[in-house]
Amino acid sequence: MNLLEIAGLGVRYRDHQALTGVSLAVPPNTTVGLVGESGSGKTTLGRAVLGLVPVAEGVIRLAGRDITHLRGRARRGLSGQVQVVFQNPYLSFNPSRTIGQAVAEPLTLAGLRPAQLRGRVDAMLDRVGLDRSAADRYPSRFSGGQLQRIAIARALMPGPRLLICDEAVSALDLSVQAHVLNLLADLQAEQGLSYLFITHDLAVVRHIADRVVVLRRGEVVEAGPVEQVCSTDPDVPRHPYTRALLAAAPVPDPAEQARRRALRAAPAQEGPVPCES
Amino acid sequence: MARLVGGRVLWSLPLLLALSALTFVLAWLTPGDAARTILGTNTDPVAYAEVRARLGLDRPLVEQYWHWLTGVVRGDLGGSVFTGEPVSAIVGDRLPVTLSLLGLSALVIAAVGTGIGLVGALRGGLAGRLLDGVAVVGMSVPAPWLGLVLIVVFAVDLALFPVTGYVAFADAPADWALSLVLPVVCLSVGGIAVVAKQVRGALADVLGRGYIRALRANGMPTRSVVFRHATRNAALPVVNVFGVVLIGLLGGSIVVEQLFALPGLGQLTVTATAQHDLPVLEGVVLCFTILVVVVNLVTDVISGKLTPRAVTP
Amino acid sequence: MSAGSAVTGVGSTGRAGGGVVRAVARRPLGVVCVAWLGLLVLACLLAGWLGSSPQEQDLEAVYSGPSAAHWLGTDQLGRDLLSRVLHGGRVSLLVVGVALAVHVVLGVVLGLVAGYRRGLVDRIVSRLADLLLSAPAVVILLVVLAVFPHNEAAAMTTLGVLSSAGLARVVRASAIRVREEPYVAAATVAGLGTVRILVRHVLPAVAGPVISLVSLVAGSALLVEASLGFLGLGTQPPEPSWGGLIADASQAIYRQPWMLVPTGGVVAVTAVACALLGDVVRDATDDRATGEPLSWRRMRTRVVARESREPAALCLLSVRDLTVRLADGTPVVDGVDFDVAAGQALGLVGESGCGKTMAVSGVLRLLPPGATVDAATITFDGRETLGLTEREMVGVRGRGIGYIGQDPVASLDPLFTVGDQLVEAVRHHTGATRRQARAKALELLAAVRLPDPAAVAARYPHELSGGMAQRVSIARALAGEPRLLIADEPTTALDVTVQAEILDLLRDLRSRTGMALVLVTHDWGVVADTCDTAVVMYAGQVVENTGVAEVFAAPRHPYTEALLAANPAAAEPGSRLPVLPGAVPAPGHWPTGCRFALRCPHVTTECVAAPIQSTSDTAGAVSRCLHPRAGART
Repeated sequence: MNLLEIAGLGVRYRDHQALTGVSLAVPPNTTVGLVGESGSGKTTLGRAVLGLVPVAEGVIRLAGRDITHLRGRARRGLSGQVQVVFQNPYLSFNPSRTIGQAVAEPLTLAGLRPAQLRGRVDAMLDRVGLDRSAADRYPSRFSGGQLQRIAIARALMPGPRLLICDEAVSALDLSVQAHVLNLLADLQAEQGLSYLFITHDLAVVRHIADRVVVLRRGEVVEAGPVEQVCSTDPDVPRHPYTRALLAAAPVPDPAEQARRRALRAAPAQEGPVPCES
Repeated sequence: MARLVGGRVLWSLPLLLALSALTFVLAWLTPGDAARTILGTNTDPVAYAEVRARLGLDRPLVEQYWHWLTGVVRGDLGGSVFTGEPVSAIVGDRLPVTLSLLGLSALVIAAVGTGIGLVGALRGGLAGRLLDGVAVVGMSVPAPWLGLVLIVVFAVDLALFPVTGYVAFADAPADWALSLVLPVVCLSVGGIAVVAKQVRGALADVLGRGYIRALRANGMPTRSVVFRHATRNAALPVVNVFGVVLIGLLGGSIVVEQLFALPGLGQLTVTATAQHDLPVLEGVVLCFTILVVVVNLVTDVISGKLTPRAVTP
Repeated sequence: MSAGSAVTGVGSTGRAGGGVVRAVARRPLGVVCVAWLGLLVLACLLAGWLGSSPQEQDLEAVYSGPSAAHWLGTDQLGRDLLSRVLHGGRVSLLVVGVALAVHVVLGVVLGLVAGYRRGLVDRIVSRLADLLLSAPAVVILLVVLAVFPHNEAAAMTTLGVLSSAGLARVVRASAIRVREEPYVAAATVAGLGTVRILVRHVLPAVAGPVISLVSLVAGSALLVEASLGFLGLGTQPPEPSWGGLIADASQAIYRQPWMLVPTGGVVAVTAVACALLGDVVRDATDDRATGEPLSWRRMRTRVVARESREPAALCLLSVRDLTVRLADGTPVVDGVDFDVAAGQALGLVGESGCGKTMAVSGVLRLLPPGATVDAATITFDGRETLGLTEREMVGVRGRGIGYIGQDPVASLDPLFTVGDQLVEAVRHHTGATRRQARAKALELLAAVRLPDPAAVAARYPHELSGGMAQRVSIARALAGEPRLLIADEPTTALDVTVQAEILDLLRDLRSRTGMALVLVTHDWGVVADTCDTAVVMYAGQVVENTGVAEVFAAPRHPYTEALLAANPAAAEPGSRLPVLPGAVPAPGHWPTGCRFALRCPHVTTECVAAPIQSTSDTAGAVSRCLHPRAGART
């Protein structure tokens, strides 16, 4: 059975439809990459799963249970199963609370004694590769990469089965991003976690995901195994939008970029640049 | 623009109603009433009832209020319970004094406050800190005390200005100006400080924005970067604060008119309050409220002009 | 604090409050203000035990100045002024306290509810606040005092209610801001209820603005109280109050002007203390505030004088030994050299904090306030720019060197249409008439391949998408027909498809105009796409400067090599990415030897002994390493 199942999901904001008829599934112990440009609705989808935006139509099932419209206490009860890591590590922590308090936050309602809680925090900080003394310090003392590891520690505290990573490595420098990607892979191997990995970065998705879902203007354009959707082989059939996305993402190889430029230039002769507004 | 003005005027009606009703209810709750004040030491209950009936004070409150309100719509504000003089005439006599005081003070505050704030934001450093200090002190000086100091120094010791009193503009423009110098200074100091601080803060905020950096990076001169782009962007918060300062001036004018013996609305408010002269008090409150509504309206219109988002659909 | 309670969240709001207290205690001005207010309150509380009674008359010493018996002199009945000031303070401070209590409770509760819950409650509270803010407060106070004669508590409660609208607005705005912070979303996902989130996360964030506004309100409440007392509407004589004392003094301005000094002085000094305290708290809690507010003069970048400069080079732009220091003296760029030939595209690459933006800002003299630039030479187009005055430098910017930044929408003035901004730039650079400039502006918009230039020209910046705004920025930079364009992360905020379009546009413009390009980026893909040479920066230095083909094929510096290897685009999917230990040393904490030594797999003892010099090989490629990688291979 799939850990997360979304069927026909629709989300409306006041003046526009953010998601329309989106369906996707996250099997256990799997990473599903959710790719799209700004305005594609990828972040909205994550927030809908977390119950942070109201769902207009469709169903969200977590481990078989319908969680689409859960509110209040029932929704809070899900904190042990779904957690989140956000894009900006500096904004993910209340500057006036220590790292220890922040990491312990998801266990607020667990009724643990302070000493037990402290033990859990220490163990988790160890796991993500931070010194235990970090618990008594404030977020301003840490770098972006360290904070992102702490954010992962906080998310893992209640032992969730699904982690939603909303552009979780996009704000990080390459060398730091590599650390965090490795950590996510290790944690998955150890704990059988699933990731819904929301990003605009195709290189990262190709690296970490098992399956990929491509969103465009609130609708699923293409979904499938990563080796198929993100294939570099021009003969693998793909949706034109996915192909355009892949071609637009620059790679660290001047010869390859020159080739792609040539490809881009060809159709560009046909008409004016579409006006994005 | 017409819709904005219309909406604002409509929205100000509840304020007018609420304030006049509040005044009525509160005045009704007052232990003494005008009848007692008129009779003074005469405690004859028959005379008392008679006066009350004459003034309409024996009727239910709602009826009194309705009577007053329908009068207002017809342009009749009633008469003073003491002199019998129509309230509109009393208020009309005093309005020019208060308007002179307020208008001049507003001009002085706008000019001096903006000037000081601009210098602070442009030069910074020692000049900026000095201006900051002056602004804090200016904001913190009690107006009546400042007025007294001004009188002692400039009117008594140096004898440059009249100590108190008011000369109508029509009678002698020069004396009119002289008689208003000290009151205007006294009333303006706090507002100048607030506006200067706001101008400086708003400009400092705007100067740190990305578009200022981009303008500089593309070679635009100070004339353009500061005096075209930065000032336009800083104007919005300043205009809003200026509106609040003007409303504050109404309160200040009461103190200043009392201090300098200017026969304006503020002085009238104090007398009417002390004498429980309800029709006069109502008239003054109405007048002040209309002034507030006008200030808010002008502020809103200017803010609207300054914000393209508010006028483009 | 014990280890246990550190993680339980007990007293979390106390900690935030404690943060404000600590921050204020660190500033001398804050300490002075708090000390004055504290001592004053204490003295007023103890007034009964200190010195004589406020009613005790000494008709022998009417209107006396300060003396040993009466430190602050006496009034018209020979009563001791010090005693009357302190006893008056009990009344005045108490009613101000009442006003503040009402103000804070109403303002914070209404603001929090409105800002956090939004919806109908928010609309009602906002309307109510509008109404209260537009009411003439003092007139209402007079009406209240007409009903409750001499009842200052009633008047000040009313003042508290009226002024709470302003506080509610501030709290509401803060609450709305905090509500959107990811950490509040994380707390929601962590299963916290609304009340816990408000207490833990929202209240601490609004504490700073609240305290700062409340101090200001305290000052003005004090002034209002004094005014009411002066008008004879406050506390009735002979009971002293501060306003009443000023009224007493007003009766004696001819006989004893001295009386004005203690009576008005105590009110003024206390109000000043409140106002200053408000400023101190604001500066201490707002992380945007950096001590001195920004001024136009401070924004001018200072050039450190040198006795001799290097002779001008032949390149379009030649930078030697460029050093940038922040206002506190911390170096962020340290001895950077690079050259840009006419028509060439140079990529300045590195991770955040390595100094690449500071380096180009130093060249343009657009550093953060207080920062300084120093170099052996910054020659542009055959001219030494370091010797230029600020006015001359303004001429170099725009006409010689154009600039586009990372956030395209924020780099356009929100109050002017695209057309206005372009026309202004064109007219300034070319001296064209309005009509000519208008035509030229439309030409520029067409040159950056915006469809329907006339329609775009009529729009305001907020009506543009990121990609369109970046095209407009480029058009503006082109208005002065610069020979060099500096683009600082021009595509970082854009989608990949838009990024590709912008990069193509830059390439196209270069080939048409022969304009050179300095592209600051952290994205190796962008470098591979657009640049001819790559300058790699690490910890304020250039560690490698070489052709783009070579930097990817055979990086010389171990840092370049490691950075390329960490890129998932280059790695086998699913494999572990090779990582570097440790982190980039922060400015001010750079080691003496090789700055990469601590993280380098090839480090030797000589690497850490002394600063490493740049060396160039026969092909002209520069690296700052004793054991260059590709060098070892060849």
